[in-house]
Amino acid sequence: MSRNIMVITEQMEGIFKKLSFEVLSEAKRLAKDLGATVTAVVIGSNIKTLAGSLAAYGADKILAADDPLVEKYKPCEYANAVTSIIRSASPDMVLFCGTIQGREMAARVAAGLETGLAMECIGLAIENDRLVARRPLYGGKVIATVDIKGSPQMAAIRPNVMEITENENPDAVVKTVAVDTGDVKVKVLEHKLKTSTKVELTEADHIVSGGRGMEDAENFALLEELAALMGGAVGASRNAVDAGWRPQGDQVGQTGKVVSPKLYVACGISGAMQHIAGMSTANTIVAINNDPDAIIFKIADYCIVDDLFKIVPAVTQQMKKIKAA
Amino acid sequence: MNIVVLMKQVPDTETEVVINADGKAIDMEDVRWVINPYDELSLEEALLIKEANENCTVTVLIVGTENDKEAIRMAYAMGVDKAVLVNHETDEDAYLATDAFTTAKIIAKALETIPHDLVIAGQRAVDDDNYQVPSFVAKFSGMPMISNVIKQRISGNTLTCEQSLDRGTVVLETKLPALFTTQKGINEPRYPAFRAIMKAKKRLVDERDVDDIGLSKEELGQNGALVTIQSIAYPPKRDQGVVIQGKTPEEKAEKLLKLLKEEAAVI
Repeated sequence: MSRNIMVITEQMEGIFKKLSFEVLSEAKRLAKDLGATVTAVVIGSNIKTLAGSLAAYGADKILAADDPLVEKYKPCEYANAVTSIIRSASPDMVLFCGTIQGREMAARVAAGLETGLAMECIGLAIENDRLVARRPLYGGKVIATVDIKGSPQMAAIRPNVMEITENENPDAVVKTVAVDTGDVKVKVLEHKLKTSTKVELTEADHIVSGGRGMEDAENFALLEELAALMGGAVGASRNAVDAGWRPQGDQVGQTGKVVSPKLYVACGISGAMQHIAGMSTANTIVAINNDPDAIIFKIADYCIVDDLFKIVPAVTQQMKKIKAA
Repeated sequence: MNIVVLMKQVPDTETEVVINADGKAIDMEDVRWVINPYDELSLEEALLIKEANENCTVTVLIVGTENDKEAIRMAYAMGVDKAVLVNHETDEDAYLATDAFTTAKIIAKALETIPHDLVIAGQRAVDDDNYQVPSFVAKFSGMPMISNVIKQRISGNTLTCEQSLDRGTVVLETKLPALFTTQKGINEPRYPAFRAIMKAKKRLVDERDVDDIGLSKEELGQNGALVTIQSIAYPPKRDQGVVIQGKTPEEKAEKLLKLLKEEAAVI
Protein backbone atom coordinates (compact mmCIF):
# COMPACT_ATOMS: atom_id res chain seq x y z
CA MET A 1 0.00 0.00 0.00
CA SER A 2 1.31 3.41 -0.89
CA ARG A 3 2.55 5.63 1.91
CA ASN A 4 0.83 8.92 2.47
CA ILE A 5 1.74 12.20 4.08
CA MET A 6 -1.18 14.36 5.12
CA VAL A 7 -0.96 18.13 5.55
CA ILE A 8 -3.50 20.05 7.61
CA THR A 9 -3.58 23.49 6.02
CA GLU A 10 -4.90 26.69 7.54
CA GLN A 11 -7.06 29.30 5.92
CA MET A 12 -9.09 32.24 7.16
CA GLU A 13 -11.77 33.97 5.12
CA GLY A 14 -10.61 32.28 1.95
CA ILE A 15 -6.94 33.12 2.29
CA PHE A 16 -4.39 30.44 3.10
CA LYS A 17 -1.81 31.09 5.75
CA LYS A 18 1.54 31.20 3.92
CA LEU A 19 2.76 28.47 6.25
CA SER A 20 0.29 26.08 4.56
CA PHE A 21 2.32 26.33 1.34
CA GLU A 22 5.58 25.91 3.26
CA VAL A 23 4.33 22.74 4.96
CA LEU A 24 2.83 21.38 1.75
CA SER A 25 6.12 21.97 -0.09
CA GLU A 26 8.00 20.17 2.67
CA ALA A 27 5.54 17.27 2.57
CA LYS A 28 6.16 16.99 -1.16
CA ARG A 29 9.93 16.83 -0.59
CA LEU A 30 9.56 14.14 2.07
CA ALA A 31 7.08 12.22 -0.07
CA LYS A 32 9.66 12.02 -2.83
CA ASP A 33 12.15 10.45 -0.40
CA LEU A 34 9.55 8.06 0.93
CA GLY A 35 7.78 7.21 -2.30
CA ALA A 36 4.55 8.54 -0.87
CA THR A 37 1.55 10.56 -1.98
CA VAL A 38 0.58 13.87 -0.40
CA THR A 39 -2.93 14.66 0.80
CA ALA A 40 -3.82 18.22 1.76
CA VAL A 41 -6.76 18.94 4.07
CA VAL A 42 -8.64 22.23 3.94
CA ILE A 43 -11.18 23.08 6.64
CA GLY A 44 -13.79 25.78 6.28
CA SER A 45 -17.01 26.72 4.57
CA ASN A 46 -17.40 27.04 0.79
CA ILE A 47 -13.76 26.17 0.34
CA LYS A 48 -13.85 23.69 -2.52
CA THR A 49 -12.43 26.09 -5.09
CA LEU A 50 -9.88 27.37 -2.62
CA ALA A 51 -8.90 23.77 -1.89
CA GLY A 52 -8.28 23.16 -5.57
CA SER A 53 -5.61 25.86 -5.63
CA LEU A 54 -3.36 23.59 -3.56
CA ALA A 55 -2.68 21.54 -6.69
CA ALA A 56 -0.13 24.27 -7.41
CA TYR A 57 2.04 22.94 -4.59
CA GLY A 58 1.92 19.34 -5.71
CA ALA A 59 -0.85 17.86 -3.56
CA ASP A 60 -2.01 14.56 -5.02
CA LYS A 61 -5.29 14.51 -3.19
CA ILE A 62 -7.06 17.44 -1.56
CA LEU A 63 -9.75 16.86 1.02
CA ALA A 64 -12.17 19.72 1.45
CA ALA A 65 -13.74 19.48 4.91
CA ASP A 66 -16.48 21.87 3.91
CA ASP A 67 -19.21 22.78 6.39
CA PRO A 68 -20.70 26.05 7.68
CA LEU A 69 -20.11 24.68 11.19
CA VAL A 70 -16.36 25.03 10.69
CA GLU A 71 -16.31 28.30 8.81
CA LYS A 72 -14.27 29.84 11.63
CA TYR A 73 -11.81 28.18 13.99
CA LYS A 74 -13.41 26.20 16.79
CA PRO A 75 -10.98 24.23 18.98
CA CYS A 76 -12.99 21.04 19.54
CA GLU A 77 -14.77 20.91 16.19
CA TYR A 78 -11.56 21.36 14.20
CA ALA A 79 -9.59 18.82 16.24
CA ASN A 80 -12.42 16.30 16.09
CA ALA A 81 -12.89 16.77 12.34
CA VAL A 82 -9.17 16.29 11.71
CA THR A 83 -9.03 13.24 13.98
CA SER A 84 -11.93 11.71 12.10
CA ILE A 85 -10.28 12.40 8.73
CA ILE A 86 -7.02 10.84 9.95
CA ARG A 87 -8.87 7.77 11.20
CA SER A 88 -10.53 7.32 7.78
CA ALA A 89 -7.51 8.04 5.63
CA SER A 90 -4.82 6.41 7.80
CA PRO A 91 -1.91 8.55 6.64
CA ASP A 92 1.56 7.53 7.77
CA MET A 93 2.49 11.07 8.72
CA VAL A 94 0.52 14.22 9.43
CA LEU A 95 2.05 17.68 9.26
CA PHE A 96 0.46 20.73 10.89
CA CYS A 97 1.05 24.46 10.57
CA GLY A 98 2.78 25.74 13.72
CA THR A 99 0.46 28.68 14.23
CA ILE A 100 -1.28 29.19 17.58
CA GLN A 101 -4.39 27.34 16.39
CA GLY A 102 -2.36 24.79 14.45
CA ARG A 103 -0.33 23.88 17.51
CA GLU A 104 -3.45 23.58 19.60
CA MET A 105 -5.11 21.40 17.00
CA ALA A 106 -2.03 19.20 16.65
CA ALA A 107 -1.78 18.76 20.44
CA ARG A 108 -5.46 17.89 20.74
CA VAL A 109 -5.26 15.41 17.87
CA ALA A 110 -2.07 13.81 19.24
CA ALA A 111 -3.74 13.40 22.62
CA GLY A 112 -6.87 11.99 21.03
CA LEU A 113 -4.93 9.45 18.98
CA GLU A 114 -2.22 8.96 21.64
CA THR A 115 0.47 9.30 19.01
CA GLY A 116 3.82 11.09 18.82
CA LEU A 117 3.92 14.75 17.86
CA ALA A 118 7.07 16.82 17.40
CA MET A 119 6.20 20.48 17.91
CA GLU A 120 7.98 23.60 16.60
CA CYS A 121 9.94 21.69 13.96
CA ILE A 122 12.57 23.49 11.93
CA GLY A 123 13.65 20.47 9.92
CA LEU A 124 12.24 17.11 8.85
CA ALA A 125 13.84 14.04 7.30
CA ILE A 126 13.11 10.43 6.53
CA GLU A 127 15.26 7.82 8.29
CA ASN A 128 14.47 4.15 7.74
CA ASP A 129 11.09 5.11 6.34
CA ARG A 130 10.22 7.01 9.52
CA LEU A 131 9.89 10.73 10.10
CA VAL A 132 12.64 12.34 12.13
CA ALA A 133 12.43 15.97 13.21
CA ARG A 134 14.77 18.73 14.25
CA ARG A 135 13.48 21.16 16.84
CA PRO A 136 14.93 23.81 19.13
CA LEU A 137 15.26 23.44 22.90
CA TYR A 138 16.11 25.99 25.60
CA GLY A 139 15.02 28.94 23.50
CA GLY A 140 17.05 27.79 20.53
CA LYS A 141 20.33 27.32 22.39
CA VAL A 142 20.44 23.72 21.18
CA ILE A 143 18.74 21.88 18.34
CA ALA A 144 17.45 18.38 19.07
CA THR A 145 16.98 15.59 16.56
CA VAL A 146 14.00 13.53 17.68
CA ASP A 147 12.39 10.23 16.82
CA ILE A 148 8.61 10.15 16.75
CA LYS A 149 6.78 7.01 17.82
CA GLY A 150 3.22 6.03 17.08
CA SER A 151 1.02 6.08 14.05
CA PRO A 152 0.53 8.42 12.37
CA GLN A 153 3.76 10.26 13.15
CA MET A 154 2.93 13.92 13.55
CA ALA A 155 4.85 17.16 13.38
CA ALA A 156 3.94 20.84 13.62
CA ILE A 157 6.16 23.14 11.57
CA ARG A 158 7.50 26.59 12.47
CA PRO A 159 6.58 29.44 10.12
CA ASN A 160 9.08 30.91 7.67
CA VAL A 161 11.49 28.01 7.84
CA MET A 162 10.59 25.68 4.99
CA GLU A 163 10.98 26.74 1.37
CA ILE A 164 7.87 27.09 -0.75
CA THR A 165 8.17 25.15 -4.00
CA GLU A 166 5.57 25.51 -6.68
CA ASN A 167 4.98 22.17 -8.28
CA GLU A 168 1.73 22.06 -10.22
CA ASN A 169 0.05 18.67 -10.13
CA PRO A 170 -2.39 18.44 -13.04
CA ASP A 171 -3.70 15.12 -11.71
CA ALA A 172 -4.64 16.48 -8.28
CA VAL A 173 -8.04 15.28 -7.12
CA VAL A 174 -10.28 17.39 -4.88
CA LYS A 175 -12.76 15.51 -2.74
CA THR A 176 -15.33 16.94 -0.35
CA VAL A 177 -15.34 15.02 2.92
CA ALA A 178 -17.90 14.95 5.69
CA VAL A 179 -17.04 17.07 8.70
CA ASP A 180 -17.47 15.09 11.90
CA THR A 181 -17.31 17.68 14.66
CA GLY A 182 -17.70 14.93 17.24
CA ASP A 183 -18.32 15.46 20.92
CA VAL A 184 -17.92 19.18 21.62
CA LYS A 185 -17.18 19.86 25.28
CA VAL A 186 -15.93 23.41 24.72
CA LYS A 187 -18.50 25.69 23.12
CA VAL A 188 -17.54 28.72 21.05
CA LEU A 189 -19.56 31.71 22.24
CA GLU A 190 -18.03 34.42 20.10
CA HIS A 191 -15.35 34.97 17.48
CA LYS A 192 -13.38 38.19 17.68
CA LEU A 193 -11.08 37.51 14.76
CA LYS A 194 -10.19 39.90 12.00
CA THR A 195 -8.18 39.51 8.86
CA SER A 196 -5.88 42.37 8.21
CA THR A 197 -4.01 43.73 5.24
CA LYS A 198 -1.02 43.90 7.57
CA VAL A 199 1.28 40.93 7.26
CA GLU A 200 1.30 38.77 10.39
CA LEU A 201 4.45 38.86 12.46
CA THR A 202 5.41 35.18 12.17
CA GLU A 203 4.84 35.28 8.39
CA ALA A 204 6.70 38.51 7.71
CA ASP A 205 9.90 38.45 5.66
CA HIS A 206 10.88 41.85 7.03
CA ILE A 207 10.42 42.90 10.63
CA VAL A 208 11.27 46.27 12.18
CA SER A 209 11.24 45.89 15.91
CA GLY A 210 11.38 48.37 18.78
CA GLY A 211 12.50 48.12 22.36
CA ARG A 212 12.90 50.32 25.41
CA GLY A 213 14.92 52.77 23.34
CA MET A 214 11.74 53.78 21.52
CA GLU A 215 10.77 55.73 24.64
CA ASP A 216 7.01 55.75 24.01
CA ALA A 217 4.15 54.33 21.99
CA GLU A 218 3.88 57.22 19.53
CA ASN A 219 7.45 56.75 18.35
CA PHE A 220 6.57 53.35 16.96
CA ALA A 221 5.02 55.26 14.07
CA LEU A 222 8.58 55.61 12.76
CA LEU A 223 8.94 51.83 12.66
CA GLU A 224 5.47 51.39 11.16
CA GLU A 225 6.46 53.62 8.26
CA LEU A 226 9.67 51.76 7.56
CA ALA A 227 7.99 48.36 7.91
CA ALA A 228 5.26 49.41 5.49
CA LEU A 229 7.85 50.41 2.88
CA MET A 230 9.42 46.98 3.21
CA GLY A 231 6.06 45.23 3.13
CA GLY A 232 6.83 43.88 6.56
CA ALA A 233 5.62 43.89 10.13
CA VAL A 234 6.44 45.73 13.35
CA GLY A 235 7.68 43.75 16.33
CA ALA A 236 8.37 44.72 19.92
CA SER A 237 10.56 43.65 22.79
CA ARG A 238 9.07 42.52 26.09
CA ASN A 239 9.93 45.91 27.60
CA ALA A 240 7.91 47.74 24.98
CA VAL A 241 4.94 45.43 25.49
CA ASP A 242 5.12 45.53 29.29
CA ALA A 243 5.26 49.33 29.09
CA GLY A 244 1.97 49.19 27.24
CA TRP A 245 3.40 50.70 24.04
CA ARG A 246 2.58 47.68 21.85
CA PRO A 247 0.10 44.80 22.15
CA GLN A 248 1.16 41.36 23.39
CA GLY A 249 0.74 39.96 19.88
CA ASP A 250 3.66 42.11 18.70
CA GLN A 251 6.10 40.70 21.23
CA VAL A 252 9.10 38.89 19.83
CA GLY A 253 10.80 36.67 22.34
CA GLN A 254 10.61 33.67 24.59
CA THR A 255 7.24 34.67 26.06
CA GLY A 256 6.14 36.19 22.77
CA LYS A 257 6.49 34.98 19.21
CA VAL A 258 9.46 33.30 17.59
CA VAL A 259 10.14 34.79 14.18
CA SER A 260 12.44 33.81 11.34
CA PRO A 261 12.32 36.63 8.79
CA LYS A 262 14.80 37.43 6.00
CA LEU A 263 15.52 40.73 7.74
CA TYR A 264 15.14 41.73 11.39
CA VAL A 265 15.88 45.36 12.28
CA ALA A 266 16.21 45.81 16.04
CA CYS A 267 15.78 49.45 17.09
CA GLY A 268 16.58 50.45 20.66
CA ILE A 269 16.63 46.83 21.75
CA SER A 270 19.38 45.79 24.13
CA GLY A 271 19.31 42.11 23.22
CA ALA A 272 18.31 40.24 26.36
CA MET A 273 18.56 36.45 25.94
CA GLN A 274 14.79 36.06 26.05
CA HIS A 275 14.49 38.44 23.10
CA ILE A 276 17.26 36.76 21.14
CA ALA A 277 15.46 33.46 21.67
CA GLY A 278 12.69 34.94 19.55
CA MET A 279 14.72 36.20 16.58
CA SER A 280 18.14 34.55 16.42
CA THR A 281 17.19 32.53 13.34
CA ALA A 282 16.55 35.63 11.21
CA ASN A 283 18.55 35.52 8.00
CA THR A 284 19.97 39.04 8.46
CA ILE A 285 19.98 41.06 11.66
CA VAL A 286 20.45 44.83 11.78
CA ALA A 287 20.84 46.48 15.18
CA ILE A 288 20.46 50.20 15.80
CA ASN A 289 21.29 51.27 19.33
CA ASN A 290 22.95 54.22 21.06
CA ASP A 291 24.75 51.92 23.44
CA PRO A 292 27.90 50.42 21.94
CA ASP A 293 27.82 47.68 24.58
CA ALA A 294 24.32 46.50 23.76
CA ILE A 295 24.35 42.70 23.65
CA ILE A 296 22.34 42.69 20.45
CA PHE A 297 25.41 43.87 18.57
CA LYS A 298 27.10 40.56 19.35
CA ILE A 299 24.78 38.73 16.98
CA ALA A 300 23.91 41.47 14.49
CA ASP A 301 25.20 41.29 10.94
CA TYR A 302 25.03 45.06 10.51
CA CYS A 303 25.50 47.33 13.49
CA ILE A 304 24.76 51.02 13.75
CA VAL A 305 25.83 52.64 17.01
CA ASP A 306 23.79 55.81 16.88
CA ASP A 307 20.54 57.51 17.82
CA LEU A 308 17.68 55.52 16.34
CA PHE A 309 15.59 58.69 16.11
CA LYS A 310 18.12 59.96 13.57
CA ILE A 311 18.94 56.66 11.87
CA VAL A 312 15.45 55.21 11.36
CA PRO A 313 14.11 58.30 9.53
CA ALA A 314 17.30 58.35 7.44
CA VAL A 315 16.85 54.68 6.56
CA THR A 316 13.20 55.36 5.72
CA GLN A 317 14.18 58.22 3.41
CA GLN A 318 16.78 56.06 1.73
CA MET A 319 14.26 53.22 1.37
CA LYS A 320 11.85 55.61 -0.36
CA LYS A 321 14.61 56.62 -2.79
CA ILE A 322 15.38 53.00 -3.58
CA LYS A 323 11.73 52.19 -4.19
CA ALA A 324 11.27 55.24 -6.41
CA ALA A 325 14.26 54.32 -8.53
CA MET B 1 -13.48 24.90 44.87
CA ASN B 2 -10.25 22.96 44.43
CA ILE B 3 -7.72 24.33 42.02
CA VAL B 4 -4.60 22.46 40.98
CA VAL B 5 -1.77 24.34 39.30
CA LEU B 6 0.75 22.41 37.21
CA MET B 7 4.25 23.72 37.58
CA LYS B 8 7.78 22.98 36.51
CA GLN B 9 11.17 24.62 36.70
CA VAL B 10 13.15 25.55 33.63
CA PRO B 11 16.70 26.79 33.14
CA ASP B 12 16.85 30.57 33.50
CA THR B 13 17.15 32.22 30.06
CA GLU B 14 20.49 33.75 30.95
CA THR B 15 21.98 30.36 31.89
CA GLU B 16 24.59 29.14 29.47
CA VAL B 17 23.67 25.78 28.07
CA VAL B 18 26.38 23.13 27.70
CA ILE B 19 25.82 19.86 25.89
CA ASN B 20 26.82 16.71 27.79
CA ALA B 21 29.48 14.32 26.61
CA ASP B 22 26.73 11.89 25.59
CA GLY B 23 25.33 14.47 23.17
CA LYS B 24 21.75 13.77 24.27
CA ALA B 25 21.19 16.17 27.15
CA ILE B 26 22.53 19.35 28.66
CA ASP B 27 24.74 19.55 31.71
CA MET B 28 22.42 20.38 34.60
CA GLU B 29 25.30 21.11 37.00
CA ASP B 30 25.53 24.91 36.82
CA VAL B 31 22.02 25.61 35.63
CA ARG B 32 20.08 28.32 37.42
CA TRP B 33 16.47 27.23 37.72
CA VAL B 34 13.37 29.40 37.65
CA ILE B 35 9.67 28.67 37.60
CA ASN B 36 8.46 28.34 34.00
CA PRO B 37 7.17 31.87 33.25
CA TYR B 38 3.81 30.59 32.04
CA ASP B 39 3.41 28.61 35.27
CA GLU B 40 3.84 31.85 37.22
CA LEU B 41 0.81 33.11 35.31
CA SER B 42 -1.07 29.93 36.31
CA LEU B 43 -0.17 30.37 39.99
CA GLU B 44 -1.23 34.00 39.94
CA GLU B 45 -4.53 33.25 38.23
CA ALA B 46 -5.31 30.48 40.74
CA LEU B 47 -4.56 32.85 43.61
CA LEU B 48 -6.76 35.57 42.08
CA ILE B 49 -9.63 33.09 41.84
CA LYS B 50 -8.98 32.03 45.43
CA GLU B 51 -9.05 35.64 46.62
CA ALA B 52 -12.35 36.25 44.87
CA ASN B 53 -14.03 33.12 46.21
CA GLU B 54 -14.78 31.55 49.57
CA ASN B 55 -13.72 28.03 50.27
CA CYS B 56 -11.06 27.73 47.65
CA THR B 57 -7.92 25.62 47.91
CA VAL B 58 -4.94 25.93 45.61
CA THR B 59 -2.59 22.97 45.26
CA VAL B 60 0.56 23.12 43.20
CA LEU B 61 1.61 19.89 41.50
CA ILE B 62 5.10 19.22 40.16
CA VAL B 63 6.56 16.15 38.53
CA GLY B 64 10.23 16.55 39.25
CA THR B 65 13.02 16.07 41.73
CA GLU B 66 14.43 17.41 45.02
CA ASN B 67 15.58 20.40 42.99
CA ASP B 68 12.00 21.50 42.49
CA LYS B 69 11.44 22.21 46.17
CA GLU B 70 12.84 25.67 45.46
CA ALA B 71 9.94 26.39 43.13
CA ILE B 72 7.48 24.94 45.60
CA ARG B 73 8.76 27.32 48.23
CA MET B 74 8.10 30.26 45.90
CA ALA B 75 4.61 28.95 45.23
CA TYR B 76 3.92 28.73 48.97
CA ALA B 77 5.30 32.23 49.41
CA MET B 78 2.91 33.47 46.72
CA GLY B 79 0.04 31.90 48.66
CA VAL B 80 -0.78 28.35 47.55
CA ASP B 81 -2.24 26.05 50.19
CA LYS B 82 -0.74 22.69 49.34
CA ALA B 83 2.07 21.25 47.30
CA VAL B 84 2.48 17.82 45.79
CA LEU B 85 5.82 16.73 44.35
CA VAL B 86 5.85 13.51 42.40
CA ASN B 87 9.50 12.60 42.41
CA HIS B 88 10.26 10.80 39.18
CA GLU B 89 13.95 10.36 39.93
CA THR B 90 14.34 6.85 41.29
CA ASP B 91 17.06 4.23 41.05
CA GLU B 92 15.68 3.27 37.69
CA ASP B 93 15.71 5.75 34.83
CA ALA B 94 12.76 3.86 33.46
CA TYR B 95 10.46 5.87 35.71
CA LEU B 96 11.52 9.25 34.35
CA ALA B 97 9.03 11.55 32.69
CA THR B 98 10.87 11.78 29.39
CA ASP B 99 8.40 13.55 27.13
CA ALA B 100 4.97 15.20 27.23
CA PHE B 101 3.18 11.85 27.03
CA THR B 102 4.99 10.29 30.00
CA THR B 103 4.88 13.52 32.03
CA ALA B 104 1.14 13.76 31.48
CA LYS B 105 0.64 10.13 32.50
CA ILE B 106 2.27 10.84 35.83
CA ILE B 107 0.31 14.06 36.34
CA ALA B 108 -3.00 12.40 35.49
CA LYS B 109 -2.25 9.54 37.90
CA ALA B 110 -1.46 12.02 40.66
CA LEU B 111 -4.65 13.97 39.92
CA GLU B 112 -6.68 10.84 40.64
CA THR B 113 -6.01 11.42 44.33
CA ILE B 114 -5.96 15.22 44.40
CA PRO B 115 -9.44 16.79 44.40
CA HIS B 116 -9.70 19.18 41.47
CA ASP B 117 -12.47 21.26 39.96
CA LEU B 118 -10.07 23.31 37.92
CA VAL B 119 -6.57 22.60 36.66
CA ILE B 120 -4.46 25.50 35.41
CA ALA B 121 -1.31 24.95 33.35
CA GLY B 122 1.07 27.17 31.41
CA GLN B 123 0.53 27.12 27.66
CA ARG B 124 3.98 25.60 27.36
CA ALA B 125 7.30 25.24 29.13
CA VAL B 126 10.02 27.47 27.73
CA ASP B 127 12.71 24.79 27.96
CA ASP B 128 11.07 22.39 25.56
CA ASP B 129 8.43 24.54 23.77
CA ASN B 130 6.33 21.41 23.51
CA TYR B 131 2.80 22.72 24.24
CA GLN B 132 1.60 19.14 24.78
CA VAL B 133 1.43 18.24 28.47
CA PRO B 134 -1.91 20.04 29.05
CA SER B 135 -3.73 18.31 26.20
CA PHE B 136 -2.48 14.85 27.22
CA VAL B 137 -3.41 15.54 30.85
CA ALA B 138 -6.88 16.67 29.77
CA LYS B 139 -7.30 13.52 27.69
CA PHE B 140 -6.08 11.13 30.39
CA SER B 141 -8.15 12.85 33.08
CA GLY B 142 -11.26 13.13 30.93
CA MET B 143 -11.45 16.92 31.24
CA PRO B 144 -12.24 19.53 28.62
CA MET B 145 -9.38 21.90 27.84
CA ILE B 146 -9.16 25.53 26.77
CA SER B 147 -5.76 26.83 25.78
CA ASN B 148 -3.95 30.17 25.52
CA VAL B 149 -6.28 32.00 27.87
CA ILE B 150 -5.95 35.72 28.49
CA LYS B 151 -9.13 36.14 30.50
CA GLN B 152 -11.31 33.74 32.47
CA ARG B 153 -14.46 33.82 34.54
CA ILE B 154 -16.09 31.12 36.65
CA SER B 155 -19.78 31.29 37.41
CA GLY B 156 -21.12 28.30 39.30
CA ASN B 157 -20.02 25.33 37.28
CA THR B 158 -19.33 27.24 34.09
CA LEU B 159 -15.89 28.33 32.96
CA THR B 160 -15.79 31.07 30.32
CA CYS B 161 -12.45 31.95 28.73
CA GLU B 162 -11.07 34.25 26.10
CA GLN B 163 -8.51 32.40 24.00
CA SER B 164 -5.84 34.39 22.19
CA LEU B 165 -5.11 33.36 18.58
CA ASP B 166 -2.96 34.89 15.84
CA ARG B 167 -5.67 37.15 14.44
CA GLY B 168 -7.71 38.00 17.52
CA THR B 169 -9.56 36.06 20.19
CA VAL B 170 -12.34 33.51 20.64
CA VAL B 171 -14.66 33.35 23.64
CA LEU B 172 -15.22 29.80 24.84
CA GLU B 173 -17.28 28.11 27.49
CA THR B 174 -17.16 24.76 29.23
CA LYS B 175 -18.19 23.02 32.44
CA LEU B 176 -15.98 22.21 35.40
CA PRO B 177 -13.99 20.12 36.06
CA ALA B 178 -11.83 21.56 33.30
CA LEU B 179 -8.27 22.54 32.44
CA PHE B 180 -7.11 25.79 30.89
CA THR B 181 -3.68 27.04 29.90
CA THR B 182 -2.35 30.52 30.46
CA GLN B 183 -1.02 33.07 27.97
CA LYS B 184 0.94 36.20 28.71
CA GLY B 185 -1.42 39.09 29.31
CA ILE B 186 -3.75 37.16 31.62
CA ASN B 187 -2.24 38.74 34.72
CA GLU B 188 0.89 40.15 36.33
CA PRO B 189 2.29 37.55 38.75
CA ARG B 190 2.86 38.83 42.28
CA TYR B 191 6.36 38.76 43.64
CA PRO B 192 6.25 37.44 47.20
CA ALA B 193 7.84 39.38 50.05
CA PHE B 194 11.18 38.13 51.36
CA ARG B 195 9.58 37.22 54.68
CA ALA B 196 7.01 35.08 52.93
CA ILE B 197 9.77 33.25 51.08
CA MET B 198 11.61 32.63 54.36
CA LYS B 199 8.45 31.42 56.09
CA ALA B 200 7.75 29.10 53.19
CA LYS B 201 10.89 27.10 54.02
CA LYS B 202 8.98 25.43 56.83
CA ARG B 203 6.02 24.36 54.71
CA LEU B 204 5.51 20.67 54.07
CA VAL B 205 5.62 19.11 50.67
CA ASP B 206 3.51 16.04 49.99
CA GLU B 207 6.19 14.04 48.27
CA ARG B 208 5.33 10.92 46.35
CA ASP B 209 7.50 8.52 44.44
CA VAL B 210 6.51 7.84 40.90
CA ASP B 211 7.25 4.15 41.25
CA ASP B 212 4.62 3.79 43.91
CA ILE B 213 2.02 5.92 42.17
CA GLY B 214 0.74 2.95 40.22
CA LEU B 215 2.44 3.31 36.86
CA SER B 216 4.64 0.60 35.35
CA LYS B 217 8.13 1.01 33.98
CA GLU B 218 6.98 0.15 30.47
CA GLU B 219 4.64 3.15 30.44
CA LEU B 220 7.34 5.63 31.35
CA GLY B 221 10.95 6.55 30.59
CA GLN B 222 12.44 6.06 27.16
CA ASN B 223 10.21 3.01 26.71
CA GLY B 224 6.96 4.82 27.20
CA ALA B 225 7.88 8.11 25.56
CA LEU B 226 6.45 8.97 22.16
CA VAL B 227 9.06 11.57 21.25
CA THR B 228 12.66 10.70 22.10
CA ILE B 229 15.91 12.59 21.61
CA GLN B 230 18.45 11.05 19.26
CA SER B 231 20.98 13.80 19.77
CA ILE B 232 21.32 17.50 20.43
CA ALA B 233 23.70 20.00 18.86
CA TYR B 234 24.48 23.70 19.01
CA PRO B 235 22.93 25.84 16.29
CA PRO B 236 25.23 27.72 13.87
CA LYS B 237 26.95 30.45 15.85
CA ARG B 238 26.08 34.03 15.06
CA ASP B 239 28.80 36.61 15.45
CA GLN B 240 28.97 40.34 15.16
CA GLY B 241 29.23 41.43 11.58
CA VAL B 242 30.02 44.89 10.34
CA VAL B 243 29.80 48.15 12.28
CA ILE B 244 28.61 50.74 9.80
CA GLN B 245 30.58 53.94 9.99
CA GLY B 246 29.65 57.34 8.65
CA LYS B 247 29.74 61.04 9.36
CA THR B 248 25.98 61.55 9.16
CA PRO B 249 22.91 59.39 9.74
CA GLU B 250 22.16 59.72 6.03
CA GLU B 251 25.56 58.32 5.15
CA LYS B 252 25.09 55.37 7.47
CA ALA B 253 21.58 54.75 6.15
CA GLU B 254 22.83 54.77 2.58
CA LYS B 255 25.61 52.31 3.38
CA LEU B 256 23.22 50.05 5.26
CA LEU B 257 20.68 49.84 2.48
CA LYS B 258 23.38 49.23 -0.10
CA LEU B 259 24.65 46.30 1.95
CA LEU B 260 21.16 44.96 2.56
CA LYS B 261 20.44 45.10 -1.15
CA GLU B 262 23.73 43.96 -2.63
CA GLU B 263 25.41 41.88 0.04
CA ALA B 264 22.58 40.38 2.08
CA ALA B 265 20.05 40.50 -0.78
CA VAL B 266 17.18 40.95 1.66
CA ILE B 267 15.61 44.04 0.11
